[in-house]
Amino acid sequence: MTQITITINGERISAEVEPRTSLADFLRDDQRLTGTHLGCEHGVCGACTVMVDGVPQRSCIAFAATCDGSEIRTIEDFDDDDVMGDLRDAFTAHHGLQCGYCTPGMLATARDIVTRLPDADEKRIRLELSGNLCRCTGYVGIVNAIKAVLAKRKG
Amino acid sequence: MKPAKFDLEKSTDLGEAISALGQADGFAKIVAGGQSLVPMMNLRLAQPDSLVDIRALHDLKRISLDNGQLYVGALTTHAMIEDGLVPDATQGMMQRVARQIAYRAVRNRGTIGGSVAHADPAADWPTALLALGAVAVIQGANAERTMPLGDFQIGAFTVALEPDEVILGFSIPELSADARWGYYKVCRKPGEFADSIGALVIDPARSFARLVLGATDGAPLLLPPSAADKIASSGADGFDIAAARAVIAEAGATFEEYETQIHGAALSRAVQGAFAA
Ligand SMILES: Cc1cc2nc3c(=O)[nH]c(=O)nc-3n(C[C@H](O)[C@H](O)[C@H](O)COP(=O)(O)OP(=O)(O)OC[C@H]3O[C@@H](n4cnc5c(N)ncnc54)[C@H](O)[C@@H]3O)c2cc1C
Ligand code: FES
Ligand code: FES
Repeated sequence: MTQITITINGERISAEVEPRTSLADFLRDDQRLTGTHLGCEHGVCGACTVMVDGVPQRSCIAFAATCDGSEIRTIEDFDDDDVMGDLRDAFTAHHGLQCGYCTPGMLATARDIVTRLPDADEKRIRLELSGNLCRCTGYVGIVNAIKAVLAKRKG
Repeated sequence: MKPAKFDLEKSTDLGEAISALGQADGFAKIVAGGQSLVPMMNLRLAQPDSLVDIRALHDLKRISLDNGQLYVGALTTHAMIEDGLVPDATQGMMQRVARQIAYRAVRNRGTIGGSVAHADPAADWPTALLALGAVAVIQGANAERTMPLGDFQIGAFTVALEPDEVILGFSIPELSADARWGYYKVCRKPGEFADSIGALVIDPARSFARLVLGATDGAPLLLPPSAADKIASSGADGFDIAAARAVIAEAGATFEEYETQIHGAALSRAVQGAFAA
């Protein structure tokens, strides 16, 4: 077991983890933060994307023990976030989700697009979304939702 | 989809990391970003007995540009290069290469050192850095050494690295003002590993010209110098897929017909790209 100190959604905690426990399993099983979803567990589908030290990363291919000292934000921590509020509304309005399995990762990536690339056009949005797979809704609604938020924030 | 058990050593000092690698019982591996190693461990394609986490080593984070040499520490992430946090000594080539690697969430954690050490034939840095004439800087138990990537990259998933050696970084010659480069990655979907990569760097002021084919079944293939020299002296005209296929044949490489065709296309597009306005 390895001792770690990690900040999760603003709360600093100490925990003992097995080295092989992924950050995703630590969040879901130990911390009961089940908003983070697991699809492929090898970095391809994006369902497990969370914020690590302010930037999106895959929680399935990082060990909790190698995130010692990091600040993690999961989807549960974005209730009061302005950009995420806009994205939630837009995903609803544009039919950006159906079963919702991919949605936590889609929102993490969508927030990254809106904050990092305020001038992104549809082509760029689609390129940036290429690391998030949705198996049921399709991408048209998701892309339109992100476009709408980018347009709204430009005023 | 869960890795086998292993021990983890988190090192804060380079010497400590090297002795941990040297003294480990069984099969020890470095973990940097984990973006290649952890997927393989999750799939149980890799089952190391212990991992040495090097992410905290400051010696591997140095970035500098002096006297025409760019130095990029092994722990530099793809995203840092994409975002221009590394001085642009390659007229945008490294930034372009970084942008096309995987997805942003992977680029935020994956490192250039890990990419070269892993030596996946379909990865981007092994081909791009060979074309740029990069040299690996390596620390072992007793000494530091350097090795040009052409010698360092031996085969698929194989580099000339001892079990207790660590890549510190890469030294990359700065491109002169009139240098040109082209880089073309063939993949079915953005962010995927390549089916083929063509890379060309020509820098007449330094009499440097290299044409490299990546995503073969071995290490990146440095094509005969005569081909790159001819492009350097007479431009891209006529370097179509057939011409590129002839260069591949001249190098003695053989592939399936479909592979030869996409390799030819990647090389030809890289060369055309280097001369496009
Ligand atoms: C979904 C997905 C898509 C990807 N697509 C691409 C792509 O299109 N192109 C591409 O090039 N790559 C791609 N990658 C791989 C990615 O670029 C990795 O980040 C990179 O190959 C490995 O870097 P790392 O720091 O994560 O290394 P790790 O996974 O930590 O290590 C990889 C190997 O290198 C060794 N190692 C690491 N650092 C050092 C060092 N300093 N000295 C000695 N040995 C070391 C480790 O022991 C291990 O054997 C993709 C990855 C994923 C998950
Ligand atoms: S579960 Fe992490 S990328 Fe698919
Ligand atoms: S909403 Fe069902 S997978 Fe995307």
